[in-house]
Amino acid sequence: MTRNTIKLALLSTALTATGAMAQDVTLNIESWRNDDLVLWQEKIIPAFEAEHPGIKVNFTPSAPAEYNAVLNSKLDAGSAGDIITCRPFDASLALFEAGHLADLAGMDAMGNFSDVAKSAWQTDDGAATFCVPMASVIHGFIYNKDAFAEVGVDVPNTEAEFFAALEAFKEDGNYIPMAMGTNDQWEAATMGYNNIGPNYWKGEEGRRALIAGEQKLTDEAWVAPYATLAKWGAYLGDGFEAQTYPDSQNLFTLGRAAIYPAGSWEISGFNAQADFEMGAFKPPVQNAGDTCYISDHTDIGIGMNAATDNPEAAKTFLAWVGSPKFASIFGNALPGFFPLSKEPVELSDPLAKEIVGWRGECESTIRSTYQILSRGTPNLENETWGASVAAIKGTSSPEELGTELQQGLASWYEPQQ
Amino acid sequence: MQRARTRWHIAVFLAPAVLVYTAVMIFPLFNTLRLALYSKVDQERIYVGLDNFRTLFFDPIWSEQFWNALGNNFWFFIVHMLVQNPIGVALAAVLSHPRLRFAALYRSAIFIPTILSFVIVGFAWKLILSPIWGIAPSILDFVGLKSLFAPWLGKEEYALTTLALISVWQFVGIPMMLIYAALLSIPQEILEAGEVDGITGLSAFWKIKLPLILPSIGIISILTFVGNFNAFDLIYASQGALAGPDYSTDILGTFMYRTFFGFQLQLGDPHMGSAIAGGMFAIILIGVCIYLFGIQTRMRRYQM
Repeated sequence: MTRNTIKLALLSTALTATGAMAQDVTLNIESWRNDDLVLWQEKIIPAFEAEHPGIKVNFTPSAPAEYNAVLNSKLDAGSAGDIITCRPFDASLALFEAGHLADLAGMDAMGNFSDVAKSAWQTDDGAATFCVPMASVIHGFIYNKDAFAEVGVDVPNTEAEFFAALEAFKEDGNYIPMAMGTNDQWEAATMGYNNIGPNYWKGEEGRRALIAGEQKLTDEAWVAPYATLAKWGAYLGDGFEAQTYPDSQNLFTLGRAAIYPAGSWEISGFNAQADFEMGAFKPPVQNAGDTCYISDHTDIGIGMNAATDNPEAAKTFLAWVGSPKFASIFGNALPGFFPLSKEPVELSDPLAKEIVGWRGECESTIRSTYQILSRGTPNLENETWGASVAAIKGTSSPEELGTELQQGLASWYEPQQ
Repeated sequence: MQRARTRWHIAVFLAPAVLVYTAVMIFPLFNTLRLALYSKVDQERIYVGLDNFRTLFFDPIWSEQFWNALGNNFWFFIVHMLVQNPIGVALAAVLSHPRLRFAALYRSAIFIPTILSFVIVGFAWKLILSPIWGIAPSILDFVGLKSLFAPWLGKEEYALTTLALISVWQFVGIPMMLIYAALLSIPQEILEAGEVDGITGLSAFWKIKLPLILPSIGIISILTFVGNFNAFDLIYASQGALAGPDYSTDILGTFMYRTFFGFQLQLGDPHMGSAIAGGMFAIILIGVCIYLFGIQTRMRRYQM
């Protein structure tokens, strides 16, 4: 009898324990956005937890440069979180193919996104979608309005005006015309080549033709941006070869530089740092009146670890991330990361509003090297970093760079052979 | 007749070290070498024999990167051998001078960078040499040599040498300490006997002390060799995994990291990465063997 009582007691505690667990599920989010930690902890997570009592959410980011390596190791070891923030294209596709990400194509929330938005997280045939699109970033140039007024320069629309503006700042001598360095390499490719490039290769048209093998990297449209980058070198600050990305950010926010080749993700940081008024202009076109193209790059998605213990709770969370409510919190809390949902979100930040307005005036495209073309060795994206730096420093001619990149791509990519 | 007793205590005392060393060193090493013999095709790991090594050495895309990294590694090593070790020996000789004041202070000051983290050293030097905020341009300006300043870390032709010299600055304390200890262990009688024969000052160093510390210099050389060919941290901390500008500071360690774990859009390939790690292991093994069998056995030793 006593034994039975003990058994019963044990059983009931076990039951209550599991009962408590079922009620209080904890979801861990893997992410590289450690800059957004406060935003998640103070705004996004409380908003979600208020609507869904019983689900606790932990945001556990790692450093951006290490995220892919850390995440892969964690997934292989089975210690990764329930929710995975997705890099666009192949990094996530590889995770899906390895069975680490669950297929989410059947979720209702997916209906809130356009096909272009979803393309970054789909299999090549579009059959499976494995991440909910969260945000994109737009490239352009942010400028110091005070500096422009002081030196008497108008905001440039065409390339000729752009270089005239740079020349004016150089002559004036009070400002570094443009804040960018080549030490970290990626800015030259991301904020240089892929910023101004879409105007040359006509956005999606050129990008798709390159993937299809109808255009080559030696074509005028793909080489010309390097020729333009080569002219930038003269307008970057002294010692730009050893200038790092944070150096450039600081130079601009301290008011020592006039123009900053930017990605929209800079907005919140710049708002906090700079005490002058900022404006933004699109990548300049060759001739006034030309159609403009902007890089509106799908950058962040969010998916579910296929091995999660709490798939239901994870799906509830993802559905909420796909809802307009999340888009509005996220878009306004992080000006510069533009929600991808079909329903437009009203943004309050003036600079973010200005930049997102370009979506209406210009054709959108994504970075040329991201889809499919960086699958092989040599990796086209990494090579583009080096090539853009070489163009700016003037160590190689644009034609040489085009030939080199084309050879590398053709060595493994069949449509280009 | 008495049977020899099994001496269990030997095994018992050896076991902890052997087990720990096997678990954290020997097993991973052989498993890495094993991993290099496989490749991943369509989510499945298949045995490919020496294919990865063939790609590494004969595929132009891979071999170019490999030889570039190896060449840079040798340059890194040469700078250390030509700068770090002679300076270390010289400092030790000065410090062991009996009439030098504040020797303990100098010794600690020179040794302290060795205990700093690579990340701190890399970051601090990057700031010192920064063309925008750094103190290097202002100091050069102060002595009227501003024209000598260049953004060293950003130029292909200087970046690797600059990093090697930063590493020398950090680690010069190690050869100094080892040589210092060796110099102190030279008995006073030998030096006094030399003095009686008229060998003093510098010639005492060249003719008596240096031959006596040669074995220590040998050990330091081999430590430098192994350390340099395993180097990774400083380059990664200051130039990133792409070892810019234009791969001019890429050494085997960063090349291996990039390949193994992937970088940006480049996905990690543990199998090719292991092949590179295997290559590094072989190079270090060969170097150490050359030293052990070719040099150390011929080195003359003196009874002191």
